[in-house]
Amino acid sequence: MVRNESATGPFCIKDCALIAIATGERAQNLRELREHLRQIDPGSIYYHFWGGLLRPRFDDPEYHNDFAIWMAHSLHNESLAERLGVIDPVAFESIEDLRNELIETIDESLDETEFPQWTKRDDQFEFIRSQIIVFDTTISVNRPEGLLDIIKTISVGSIFYHFIDARHRNENSLDDFQNWLLGFGDNYALLCQKIKEKSSYFSPLRELKSDLAEVFAGHFRNGQERDG
Amino acid sequence: MDNQSVLEKYEQLVGRDVIEQLRQLANPLKGLHVVHVNATRIGGGVAEILHKMVPFMEELGIHTKWEVIKGESVFYQCTKSFHNAIQGNRVNIPESYLKVYEDTNEKAAEVLEDVLHDADIVIIHDPQPAALIKHLQEHKGKWVWRCHIDASKPYRPVWRYLRNFVCRYDASIFSLAPFAQSLPHPVYLIAPSIDPLHEKNVELGADEIEGIYGRFGINPERPMILQVSRYDRFKDPLGVIEAYTLAKQFIPTLQLVLAGGGASDDPEGEIVLNEVRTAAKDDPDLKVLLLPADAHRTINALQRASDIVLQKSIKEGFGLTVTEAMWKMKPVIGGNTGGIRIQLVNHHTGFLVNTPEGAALRIRYLFKKPDLMEEMGTKSKEFVRENFLITRHLREYLTLIFALLHGKDERIELS
Repeated sequence: MVRNESATGPFCIKDCALIAIATGERAQNLRELREHLRQIDPGSIYYHFWGGLLRPRFDDPEYHNDFAIWMAHSLHNESLAERLGVIDPVAFESIEDLRNELIETIDESLDETEFPQWTKRDDQFEFIRSQIIVFDTTISVNRPEGLLDIIKTISVGSIFYHFIDARHRNENSLDDFQNWLLGFGDNYALLCQKIKEKSSYFSPLRELKSDLAEVFAGHFRNGQERDG
Repeated sequence: MDNQSVLEKYEQLVGRDVIEQLRQLANPLKGLHVVHVNATRIGGGVAEILHKMVPFMEELGIHTKWEVIKGESVFYQCTKSFHNAIQGNRVNIPESYLKVYEDTNEKAAEVLEDVLHDADIVIIHDPQPAALIKHLQEHKGKWVWRCHIDASKPYRPVWRYLRNFVCRYDASIFSLAPFAQSLPHPVYLIAPSIDPLHEKNVELGADEIEGIYGRFGINPERPMILQVSRYDRFKDPLGVIEAYTLAKQFIPTLQLVLAGGGASDDPEGEIVLNEVRTAAKDDPDLKVLLLPADAHRTINALQRASDIVLQKSIKEGFGLTVTEAMWKMKPVIGGNTGGIRIQLVNHHTGFLVNTPEGAALRIRYLFKKPDLMEEMGTKSKEFVRENFLITRHLREYLTLIFALLHGKDERIELS
C-alpha cells in the first residue's frame, strides 16, 4: 500500500539525558560479581551495557560493556573479558535473558578457576544504575526527506533514544526510524533495510549519527523511493 | 565577542547541538528557583565552577542564586579538618570546634532562611554548609548535598558526625562511584569539569606562550615535559624526577618543569618542596617553580609550551589537571589511580603508569613518535569536549533536577 504520510503521524524528535546513581553494591572478585549479578536491579545491567554510550567514556573502547572492561583491567582475566566483551545485548529479548547469559559465562570461568582473582579495594566493580529523562525537542517532520537535514543537527541523546533505546521500548524491537517509515507502507522498504544494517551495538553514537545521515543522504540523493 | 551571551560563547566551543540540547532540557525548568550554597566566592574548584554555572543556569531561564556562608577562623579550621578527615586522615576535632561549626550554620540559616525556605532546589556544596539543613527542616524544595571530596575511606568518627546532617538531604552527589559513601537516599554521580573560557584554559597568543621560555629559562628548541601539582607526596614529584632522570639518559636534551602552588595550610607541603629541590640538585634542565595560586595564565602557557604533561599521582581525586592538559591537545602520562583512569586510555589519549620506570618508558616512546603525540592530542581534546566541559556538567545538573522533582522512576518522560 502506498501512503503519502505515515500512519503514525509526524516523526517527533525526542531527546534524552542520563544521570548515574551509585547502588552501593561492589564486587572485589569474580564470585562476588556473580552473586551481585543474580539480584542486582535490571536497570544496573542496562546501564553497564548501554550507559557507556551516554556517559563520559572514550568513544573507541577496547571493550563495550563495563563487565568486560573490569575483567580485563582490574581482574586481568583477559579470556573472560573477551567472552564477556563479545556479548551483544541487542541479541537478547530481555534484560533477564542478558543477565542469565552473563551469569552463565562467568560460571563457566569459575568452573575453570581454582582461586578466583581479587582486585585492590580501590578497583572494585561498582554497580551503577541510572535515571533517563526523555524530553521533547519540538522538532518534527512529516516526510522522510525531512529527516535528511534534521539528523545532522540533532544531539547524540536523540540518536540514543530513537535508535538504541527504541529497540527495547518497541514491541517489534525495531528502532523508531524504521517503525515510522513502516507507517508509509512499503514505500521505504529499501531505506529501512539500510538503516537496519547500521544497527550495531559496537558503534559510538557520533558514528551512528553520521552513518544514519549518510544513509538518508545517499538514499534520497539517488532518488530511490522518493515519491513512494 | 564581549556582547555575546554565555551560551553563545560556549556554542562556538562545543557546537550548536550541545547548546540546543541544554536549552530544550532547561525549557520545562524555566522559572524554577535554584540556590547553590558554599563557603567561598574566590579560590578553589567549587567557586570556579559556580562562577560559570550560575550565569549559565540564569541564561537558561532558571532563577539561580549563589549564597556563601561565612564564619570565624575556628569555623574554617574545623571545616578544613572535615575535609582532611573525609579524605581519610585521622583528625580529632575538639568539641569546641564542632560547636562553632554548628553555631555558624545556625546563624547562616537565619540569614538565608527566606532564600532557602522557598527555593525549589538547594544544592549545598561540601561539608562547610552541610548543617544548614538541621535548622531549616520546614523547607519547601528538594535539598542535595554535593560532595566534591573523595570520601572513599573517610576517618569514621568524623564521617559519622557529618553523616547525621547528610542523611537529612533528599539526595547527594559524588564525583565518582568509588568516592561515594552509602547513604539512605539516592547517591548521584556527576564528574567534575573544566571551564574552557577560564584563564587556565583559554586560548593564548604565541607571544604569551613564548614569554614563559625567557621567564623560566626554558630552551624552546629542546623537548620539555611538565607536571603541574601541589608539592604533595600523593602527586609523587620525586617519582617524576626519577622518571625524567631515567628518560634523560636516552634524551639528553630533555627538560623538566615542576610547577606548583604554595601550600600555606599544609606544613608537609614545604617538606616535600625541600625534598624536591634537593632531588633536583643543580640540574639546569630541571625547573622547580613555586607559583602563586592565581598564576592561571602562567600555568596555561606552561601547559601549552610543553610537549608532554605528566600527572604521576599515586593517589588522586578526579585529576582536573589531566583534563586541562588534554584540552590543550597534550599527550598525558598519568598515574593509574582515581579519576585519571577514566580520562587516560592507553595509546589513545595518553598512558597510565604505575612506576617512574613506566613513566620514563612512555616519555621515550612518545618522543620517538611525534605523529602519535599529535594524534593523541587531537583525540584528547575531542574526548574532553564531549565529556569533561562545564556544558556536560550543567546537563547532568539539569537532569538531576528533573530526577529530584519527578521521583525515583528509572525513566521519566516529560510531555
